[in-house]
Amino acid sequence: MLQEETSRRSKISPPESGVQLASAPTYPKPGAVQRMERRSELGWRAQLAVPLAALVALAIHLLFSKSAPAVETHSYALFFYEIVGVSAVLAIAQRFWMPLRSWMRHMCPIFTAAILSLGLWDIVTFGFRLLPMPYFPGPAAVLRSLISDRALLLDSTWHSLALLLSGYSVGVLVGLISGICIGWSTPIRYWGMPLLKVVGPIPATAWIPLAMVISPSAVVSAAGLIALAVWFPVTMLTASGISNTRASYLDVARTLGAGRAYLIFRVAIPAAVPNIFIGLFMGLGASFLTLVVAESVGVKSGLGWYVSWAQGWAEYGKVYAALIIMAAFFSTIMTLLFKVRDRMLVWQKGVIKW
Amino acid sequence: MVALAEIEASSLGVRQIRKSFPVPDDPLLHRLVLDGISFSLAAGELVSLIGPSGCGKSTLLRLIAGLESPDSGELLIGSEKITQPGAERGLVFQDPNLFPWLTVRHNIQAGLVARGVLRETHHEVGDFMRLVGLESFADAYPHHLSGGMAQRVALARALINHPKVLLLDEPLGALDAFTRMRMQDEVLRLWQARRTTMLLVTHDIDEAIYMSDRIMIMSPRPGRIERTISVALDRPRQRSSPDFLRLRGDILEFVHFAGNASIENKD
Ligand SMILES: Nc1ncnc2c1ncn2[C@@H]1O[C@H](COP(=O)(O)OP(=O)(O)OP(=O)(O)O)[C@@H](O)[C@H]1O
Ligand SMILES: [Mg+2]
Repeated sequence: MLQEETSRRSKISPPESGVQLASAPTYPKPGAVQRMERRSELGWRAQLAVPLAALVALAIHLLFSKSAPAVETHSYALFFYEIVGVSAVLAIAQRFWMPLRSWMRHMCPIFTAAILSLGLWDIVTFGFRLLPMPYFPGPAAVLRSLISDRALLLDSTWHSLALLLSGYSVGVLVGLISGICIGWSTPIRYWGMPLLKVVGPIPATAWIPLAMVISPSAVVSAAGLIALAVWFPVTMLTASGISNTRASYLDVARTLGAGRAYLIFRVAIPAAVPNIFIGLFMGLGASFLTLVVAESVGVKSGLGWYVSWAQGWAEYGKVYAALIIMAAFFSTIMTLLFKVRDRMLVWQKGVIKW
Repeated sequence: MVALAEIEASSLGVRQIRKSFPVPDDPLLHRLVLDGISFSLAAGELVSLIGPSGCGKSTLLRLIAGLESPDSGELLIGSEKITQPGAERGLVFQDPNLFPWLTVRHNIQAGLVARGVLRETHHEVGDFMRLVGLESFADAYPHHLSGGMAQRVALARALINHPKVLLLDEPLGALDAFTRMRMQDEVLRLWQARRTTMLLVTHDIDEAIYMSDRIMIMSPRPGRIERTISVALDRPRQRSSPDFLRLRGDILEFVHFAGNASIENKD
């Protein structure tokens, strides 16, 4: 729609003013420009949906918490006031900044729904106590745990991050090397592939009993297990990417005078990068799983440990607080990997769909 | 003396080449694709190869490039036997086969990087981009290019290595008529400037006559060189001159007759 408008507009104005159109709202010519302005404005409904939802959720909570002491609800109420405040600031800022406006238009429904489901959660748990109590605390209690235990949670996150990154990077490094060797060299494939096919599919967590006996420290063995979990998919997909390099690319390179190093590092590996990224994503998923399991059985730190520790004390508010941190933590890492991939695969734009 | 030796070194000899491929369904069976191909190209000669689809033209070029080895026979550059691919024999493939992960500029300079001479010769990259008219697309990735533009990049990528022998497998097939004629003149200009030995596979009889010193006509299954025709027209050639048209008529008639003959053979 917007493009159509722009092209129609640029037909009757000099080309350089067509460029200004998107960024300069004060463009003097009337007509088309103003029409566009109005359409791209963020409607009142979109601006009010989020703060209204926040007020509704807050009202629900206050309704049920008449009998409860004020400290219980204080931080939760504050949370909603903050949402209302931030919405107000954004509503003003979006008038001057186009990208923010389109982001807000895009995110408005999902934020509204998320806040309303907080209200629903509040009704079901805190309000009518429809779910068995110590196991299903209301959102206010979870928020309280999140705030009161923030030091330990931060420390656990830090330990998880260190463990995850050390295991993941070792696994990726070894996986890339073994994948490239298996994919490129026929003799290595002959001996390596059966090993990979037999050992690889065993879930890394199944090695926990053995790892605990072998390794001097639980942290080292956990890092090793994470590396193992990552190694398999990375090796498998790198090898298949390398060995499926289009023969014509290799032929072209050979006729250009390429030696083996060029063929491997400048043809086969770039051609395998899309596949390698699939392996990296699969490995990342496996590493999250292995991390949490290893932390809850052996390692005495990290978010996985925190969850089982809190569960031991029946402090389910803390369990959920840790789960929320975990969700944010893992999805941030996942998003970062997506960003790296999008950067590295610009040449593939239009081809990738995942 | 040195110059003479250099020119000598860029002649191409093809002696009694036979090549067969295993039949996909039955690995014990081999199908003969090239049966005793022999010819030579003098240094600096431009020769066209025409023939029906599937007669083994691409296979012959791959053999000369060193990407395949013949069942029997000998391939020579100057007096040296061809055993493996090398930068002194450039090959422009039937498909552009650009590296999709490299920009136009990096595709064109791939040969310089592969040979480790980029630092000394990087100034030529711009020249070759201008030559094929793609300097404004230097930083575009291949998926942004049209088929004709991609083929021009492939041409520049092969030319930048200054090969002694350039093998062209229908390099202009994907181009529109105007670009095609312009590129024919460009290739001719390069050929005259460098005296590169060129072997050009084409489906276009006009192109063969316009460009080459000689035309070799192949017959299919198994591929043989049926006839070699010298094109004794002055350059630059006029596509509508009576001599041009007469030669064209001769070749068309021959090809048509050969086509009928091979159909009769089958029955
Ligand atoms: N690697 C291969 N394995 C098996 N058969 C092959 C192989 N390469 C080529 N052939 C066969 O050799 C024959 C000649 O193929 P080639 O590509 O050389 O033909 P061509 O003359 O270049 O045809 P076109 O004009 O259509 O490009 C075909 O029948 C093809 O099936
Ligand atoms: Mg061919």
